[in-house]
Amino acid sequence: MSINRKLKSYLPIIVVLAIILYSAAGIDYSEAGNMSFDMVKSVFSGLFHPDWAYVYDGSGEDLLSLLLLTIGIAFLGTVIATVLALPLTFISAHNLWKSNTIVSKIGKFICNVLRAFPELVYAIIFVKMVGPGPFAGVLAIGVHQIGMLGKLYTEEIESMDEAPVESMTAVGANFWQTMFYARLPQLIPTFLSLALNHFEIAVRSAATLGLVGAGGIGAPMIFAIQSRAWDKVGIILFGIIITVFLIDAGTGYLRKKLQ
Amino acid sequence: MKLKDTIHRDLYKHLFIVALVLLCVYSSARVTGAELADVFNNLDQMGLFLQRFLSPDWSYIPKIIEPMLKTIKMSVVGTTLGVVFAVPFAFLATTVVTRNFFVTTIIRFLMSIVRTIPNLLLAALFVAMFGIGEFTGVLTIAVFTFGMVSQLVYEAIETIDHGPIEAAESVGATKMQIAFWSIAPQISHQIASYSLYAFEVNIRASTILGYVGAGGIGVILNSSLSLMRYDRVSIIILAILVVVITIDWISEIIRKRLV
Repeated sequence: MSINRKLKSYLPIIVVLAIILYSAAGIDYSEAGNMSFDMVKSVFSGLFHPDWAYVYDGSGEDLLSLLLLTIGIAFLGTVIATVLALPLTFISAHNLWKSNTIVSKIGKFICNVLRAFPELVYAIIFVKMVGPGPFAGVLAIGVHQIGMLGKLYTEEIESMDEAPVESMTAVGANFWQTMFYARLPQLIPTFLSLALNHFEIAVRSAATLGLVGAGGIGAPMIFAIQSRAWDKVGIILFGIIITVFLIDAGTGYLRKKLQ
Repeated sequence: MKLKDTIHRDLYKHLFIVALVLLCVYSSARVTGAELADVFNNLDQMGLFLQRFLSPDWSYIPKIIEPMLKTIKMSVVGTTLGVVFAVPFAFLATTVVTRNFFVTTIIRFLMSIVRTIPNLLLAALFVAMFGIGEFTGVLTIAVFTFGMVSQLVYEAIETIDHGPIEAAESVGATKMQIAFWSIAPQISHQIASYSLYAFEVNIRASTILGYVGAGGIGVILNSSLSLMRYDRVSIIILAILVVVITIDWISEIIRKRLV
């Protein structure tokens, strides 16, 4: 009995350990041996001696203008997503469609499909559609985040307090009146807070979309890495870290005020 | 109650915020060269893509099982490594444990730097340093997990019950003993739950890490995309979708049982 119980409580741990060991054994470590100490040393010396000349040279291809462009991509993408996610949310929230449950299922399915593709794949598609450049990045972030925000907004609507809606309906308010006076006042602060959070996430992804030609700081970063210009990599990384840091702090402050 | 007492109580402030947001939208549209016409002019490109995309190459399935398993293994090992390093650092990042404001601030600052680097850029950097392969993917996931989990864990530590700590302190326990016997038992469930959450996020992330050469399913996603084999791309994305949904589902069940 006691042995059995002991076994039962240890079993999950044993299973997890077994999975970890099995996975660890299945990985090819051969390239770890290729790493040379000199290489790492040159990388770190480059990273810690950034190329300050790249910060601003007025050409429009310098760090500051590209970071600004990255923020612009993230911002416009998030705005597009926020605006387009709203109608999708009203379709997918099941408490708005009590008589027609199929509608909310369709809405949720659209959200899931939009979310399923990695942003990078959207970026590749849009680069083909509108040509390489920041606009492709905007579209990629926008379309991906419609799915993300749509899902979060829907969860928010579904878990909201229905009491004000019910009391308004009881005194004869119609759907739109309850929407504007009971639902939206409750939802808007949360929606804005989520949008700000996703703006922050979008800045990070906008920084990487340049890898596939969708504008922003990613492209010069990958060129610098490939040409082993570590001092340039250092300054770009430095710039990205500071930008993300500031955006984090800024949106964090705004989100606290919204609550 | 009048109209202005409800949603219009800070009308001028709200109008100002709306104007500010619109200004930001306008300037980011200018910076990114957004041109809505481009989207509609190139709809036939989109159609072509969708047409090929919607006829998946089912015969390719056996070839993606192996890289998919590799991706999962990479995520398992990376998540484990990340969590193993994250937990001790999370303990150092709270004054509850260290009683030292200085140490806490430095550790938190380092952690937030690690968190700000987008994981794809980290992967690109590691590929340049260690070479192409799975080991690089594992390292990237480990660093990424470290940033994510350490923050969640130290936030969890800050909300624990201080009773057991005081009790242990009053009988002369050392800091190490307090961490082990008063704090760790209180947060072990949360650590397990956050590790699973990190694993979910990592599965999503690791599917595209291969794009820059960090092993797994991303490598063949990249090669199929550059060969314009969209029939294969769609089957790969479908496989990613199935794996992500399955893992989300399993970890949801486990997390519910943990709570």
